[in-house]
Amino acid sequence: MKMNSKQAPYYFVPGPSRWPMLAGISMLVTMIGASAWVNDSAWGKLVCLVGIAAMLAVLYGWFGDAIHESEGGLYSKRIDHSYRWSMAWFIFSEVMFFGAFFGALFYARVISMPWLADLDHKVLWPDFSPQWGNAGPAGVVDTFNTMGPFPIPTINTALLLASGVTLTISHHAIQAGKRSKCAIWLAATILLGAVFMGFQVYEYMHAYQDLNLKLTSGIYGSTFFMLTGFHGFHVTMGAIMLMIVLFRVLKGHFTPENHFAFEGAAWYWHFVDVVWLGLYVVVYWL
Amino acid sequence: APAATATGTYTTATGGTGGPLPNQLDLQPAATQIASEIHTLHNWMMIVCLVIFVAVFGVMFYSILKHRKSVGHKAATFHESTAVEIAWTVVPFLIVIGMALPATRTVVGMKDTSNADITIKATGMQWKWGYDYLKGEGEGISFISNLSTPRAQIGAPGVPATEQRGENYLMEVDNEVVVPVNKKIRIVTTATDVIHAWMIPAFGVKQDAIPGFVRDAWFKSEHTGTFRGNCAELCGKEHAFMPIVVRVVTDAEYTAWVNTKKAEMAALADDPNKTWTIDELKTKGEKVYAANCAVCHQANGKGVPNAFAPLDGSAIVNGGKGDQIHVLLNGQKTGKYPAEMPAWKQLSDTDIAAVITYTRNNWSNKPAENIVQPAEIVAARK
Amino acid sequence: MSTTTLDHGQHHTDGHDHGHDHGHDHAHDHPTGLRRWLFATNHKDIGTLYLWFSFIMLLSGGVLALMIRAELFQPGLQFFHPEFFNQLTTMHGLVMVFGAIMPAFVGFANWMIPLQIGASDMAFARMNNFSFWLLPPAALLLAGSFLAPGGATAAGWTLYAPLSTQMGPGMDMAIFAMHIMGASSIMGSINIIVTILNMRAPGMTLMKMPMFCWTWLITAYLLIAVMPVLAGAITMTLTDRHFGTSFFNAAGGGDPVMYQHIFWFFGHPEVYIMILPAFGIVSQIIPAFARKPLFGYASMVYATASIAILSFIVWAHHMFTTGMPVTSQLFFMYATMLIAVPTGVKVFNWIATMWKGSMTFETPMLFAVGFIFVFTIGGFTGLILAVTPIDIQVHDTYYVVAHFHYVLVAGSLFALFAGFYYWAPKWTGHMYSEAMGKIHFWGSLITFNITFFPMHFLGLAGMPRRYADYPAQFTDFNAIVSVGAFGFGLMQAFFLFFVVLPTIRGGKAAPAKPWEGAEGLEWTVPSPAPFHTFETPPTVK
Ligand code: HEA
Ligand code: HEA
Ligand code: HEC
Ligand code: CUA
Ligand SMILES: [Cu+2]
Repeated sequence: MKMNSKQAPYYFVPGPSRWPMLAGISMLVTMIGASAWVNDSAWGKLVCLVGIAAMLAVLYGWFGDAIHESEGGLYSKRIDHSYRWSMAWFIFSEVMFFGAFFGALFYARVISMPWLADLDHKVLWPDFSPQWGNAGPAGVVDTFNTMGPFPIPTINTALLLASGVTLTISHHAIQAGKRSKCAIWLAATILLGAVFMGFQVYEYMHAYQDLNLKLTSGIYGSTFFMLTGFHGFHVTMGAIMLMIVLFRVLKGHFTPENHFAFEGAAWYWHFVDVVWLGLYVVVYWL
Repeated sequence: APAATATGTYTTATGGTGGPLPNQLDLQPAATQIASEIHTLHNWMMIVCLVIFVAVFGVMFYSILKHRKSVGHKAATFHESTAVEIAWTVVPFLIVIGMALPATRTVVGMKDTSNADITIKATGMQWKWGYDYLKGEGEGISFISNLSTPRAQIGAPGVPATEQRGENYLMEVDNEVVVPVNKKIRIVTTATDVIHAWMIPAFGVKQDAIPGFVRDAWFKSEHTGTFRGNCAELCGKEHAFMPIVVRVVTDAEYTAWVNTKKAEMAALADDPNKTWTIDELKTKGEKVYAANCAVCHQANGKGVPNAFAPLDGSAIVNGGKGDQIHVLLNGQKTGKYPAEMPAWKQLSDTDIAAVITYTRNNWSNKPAENIVQPAEIVAARK
Repeated sequence: MSTTTLDHGQHHTDGHDHGHDHGHDHAHDHPTGLRRWLFATNHKDIGTLYLWFSFIMLLSGGVLALMIRAELFQPGLQFFHPEFFNQLTTMHGLVMVFGAIMPAFVGFANWMIPLQIGASDMAFARMNNFSFWLLPPAALLLAGSFLAPGGATAAGWTLYAPLSTQMGPGMDMAIFAMHIMGASSIMGSINIIVTILNMRAPGMTLMKMPMFCWTWLITAYLLIAVMPVLAGAITMTLTDRHFGTSFFNAAGGGDPVMYQHIFWFFGHPEVYIMILPAFGIVSQIIPAFARKPLFGYASMVYATASIAILSFIVWAHHMFTTGMPVTSQLFFMYATMLIAVPTGVKVFNWIATMWKGSMTFETPMLFAVGFIFVFTIGGFTGLILAVTPIDIQVHDTYYVVAHFHYVLVAGSLFALFAGFYYWAPKWTGHMYSEAMGKIHFWGSLITFNITFFPMHFLGLAGMPRRYADYPAQFTDFNAIVSVGAFGFGLMQAFFLFFVVLPTIRGGKAAPAKPWEGAEGLEWTVPSPAPFHTFETPPTVK
């Protein structure tokens, strides 16, 4: 049953909820597990995974509540605004997170690397030459080949750009109230994301097996895998969000006027897209 | 042997000792042009800040005294004035410029390390300094400089110090850096493990020593004397125990020092082909161990649980000698300990051979191969 | 619970049309007992949780500080091994910054922002509670790391690489703790921003909003901008430690100094995160006790925003001794010194507010005036540190320690005390004892200066910070500092037992508006503030 949003309270404030506190405990378990896991303790992995599973269960319950409230007509326009603001600021925080890694790449490449090879540093590293993609001055890193933009990253760029288009078509469809059209294009978007991830996995395998390019391949490998890895992780998160949205589209949760969950996920997807464009230029081309 | 007290023109000219004075209120007296510029800047900042402080809080306390309810003051209602806001934006802006401008010249001066007479590399290590004279008179001299304050003056938790603390407590070393007066000395810093910082307050020098990178700083002491500083960047447990001491001497004294130091080094770099007796090696090794290894592995060889490996009973020390030579020359990081075993390449062949022999014949260790000769180190270095 | 919630909603929407009245699910629910706190969605309860949490952390961090001071009372090693001493210093810094000061301001934000803007609660009540419930796990991880093999992290609160790569599992626990505290801060900040932007009572334009809300709006923006950068920095540390990356390792082409750049890109704005809400609190209190409106409201807003913007371009003033090119040194020196201008504007506006007022000096006002006075000393030493050559001389000495305790303890902490005395009547419904408050103020002010003023001398004379033992020339001042520290600690125990607890348990009943000159919506509701306020938003002219 859909409620008319005019009847919704001025600003719905939920009653006491067990989820936040349970989420806190799950995080504690996860982090204790993670600390032990990275130190090779026998129980760390298990505890960490239990914590993550608990966290997912909590989120399931939590979002379930929120969706029920939304479907119950408790969310006024004002709440919708709140969600919009919050999603925008959340994405801003993500931008800054990626900024740290882009900044590291910039700094290591433009500032540290030439430094390591300058006249003064001959004292320490007599024969280091500053080509990006080097194996570091100390000879502790195995040699490797760098990753170029062809063919996979370029295909992936096309895939993600296309997914932005399909998502927009889907959005227009929901605004026009065409639910099945919306669902089809949304599914296409998710599919494009999945193919992207498939290529990404393939690229990693190629890197490890053929190029000897690893996470441990000096600063090049570090920045390459951390940037593309975190991006891939975000694509996965975005795809999961879109899947939940698809599920809700199919259940008929959204109206042409009221579908913020859709839009929030879409913003996120576009953000992930833009990050990719940055990566494509900075990591693969330059 | 370390000079017990500062001698030289610095003390007569400034009254400073080359280190801090008891209960000193201001910066240490300057021994270089840069340090005295820093003094001037600091005095200038202090004056401006004090004047502003007195003016601003003079107004505030006047108001607190006069505009209080208990003396019957009625509240006015004014609450804005663009003119005033502009004034107290622009005036501080100008003051700030007046503070920054004179500093600019000094910043540029401090950075200009060109045309040095002598270049010395200072390498920060957990927890001592290594020095290599790279260029200029004395080129080729190299040594390690360790804290020379006896542990008995420091004490330990629950164990009070048994010895009276000396005047240079924690600011004295076994091997001082020696440089000539009125010469531009360039200090090139680097480190082998973590970041340290090379600092001598009287020179106005403080430069981080960064592992894998080199940075530089310079000074030109206008006075002879002994100058003391400390490692100024947190570098682990013995951070407080790796001081820096520079002795500034006249040109003639410097030349004499260079000659004796070179002779000493030649003597030290004993013929690596000489065959030593086990007792000679053990005696020498004990000294090397106390100076270099005991901070981590402890005098009793037991190490520190979860921090530093024990040598007493260690499989490596009791196994084939090749492995231990390898560890000493290349270091070791198995991941079992948070810290790592540094490489000891910079020690002489004889020292390495001696310290290995010492560890192999001490505590409960009884390996089959219990003696290592310098020649074996020479071979292993190749 | 969730079904109850929904039932209420449906009952309400199905049953009758209330219009905009009683439009709150929780209006029907006044939870009690454990459920009230564990499952809280009420901004006042969550604010209280935050305040208690941060106070406990202040005492814990304070105890660590007292252990530091006990060791440094005399030269030599008396009580602790140096490696443990370094753990104390590190954990003291982390606990105070992330456990005490930041959550305390969030507690104030939770309590006061909805009351000041006429909102019924925070925008996301459940997420609000999640932000809180991430903190105790983080605190447990930090405390637990003392028990890890090798002990807690001892790399300083700045966790500089590569020292931080040498630490044991305690370091990982600290990294993960900081991750979740960061997540907490980001969610808390989103909540605050959304609440302020979206839930102000009709008629309350941004430029009519109380100063405290403005400072928090800007602080929250800073938090969202820089907490993720910290997360990035410590993630790189984690992968360098365990997964073989070379971000901060020159051998693989990385750079230890890069860690410092990333850290301080967070770290410098962080220090303003800890002071801007303090400015906000003081800007509420000074007008109330001067009985005169805040002077230069608009310029206060602009000044706060300028500080925030400038704070992004000054970070390398913490790194002058790492050896940067001369142009960078000059740039960061000039940019840093510029911050004195907007901060000065704030100080001048406060004094202009006091000027020709009709002042009284109850405890909140005492702490606020004390704040201005002592914070400015800390600001001036900051300015002196900004001058590159002087900084190179005193960097990593006790001069810096003196500087930041002047701005953090006499700044942030004193403002928090001021805010407590100002709003406690609203929170508890009781007046605190004015006599006890005054003892707390004067006792704290005096012992604070005994503790931290001599540190300037120590620093100028060259005593490095993070030292477990020191040359004997520094003995006397260190002894004075340690005595002062115990005195200051005692004053805070006094605060707990003679001010906070008695005020909660009883005391003179507080009227809705206990301060003659106070303005703002928070004073239009009864004291103690009822569980639910402004369910129907008030209209502001
Ligand atoms: C609340 C926290 C806070 C605040 C507000 C500040 C404020 C300032 N800080 Fe501070 N700072 C810290 C917390 C803070 N700091 C911490 C924690 C560290 C050490 C971190 C670590 O290494 O562990 C540090 C370290 C630190 C350093 C590095 C020191 C070093 O390690 O070598 C520097 C250097 O520039 C600096 C500068 C400043 C400046 C210029 C200000 C300015 O914002 C101050 C501006 C205020 C005023 C100037 C006073 C009021 C103004 C007037 C009355 C107007 C008239 C004045 C004039 C025209 C001069 N700070
Ligand atoms: C953020 C706020 C903050 C606050 C409030 C404080 C408060 C104090 N700090 Fe510090 N401090 C930092 C932030 C802060 N600090 C930071 C960031 C560092 C740098 C860390 C680093 O180098 O990495 C630092 C470093 C630092 C050092 C340098 C350590 C070193 O370099 O080795 C010292 C030394 O004296 C010190 C002392 C103190 C003292 C005496 C207090 C006092 O104000 C504390 C007062 C004491 C109490 C509040 C305790 C009261 C409790 C009791 C008396 C017990 C009662 C108990 C019950 C009733 C249960 N602090
Ligand atoms: C900075 C601290 C430090 C110093 C100084 C130091 N060591 Fe070590 N040493 C370590 C650590 C940490 C290990 C353990 C490394 C590992 O296994 O990861 C170690 C391991 C060793 C080992 C191997 C032990 C084993 O069983 O694996 C030997 C042998 C050794 N050190 C000898 C020496 C000698 C000889 C010296 C002095 C010349 C010395 N160390 C100085 C920290 C130090
Ligand atoms: Cu070396 Cu501190
Ligand atoms: Cu700063």
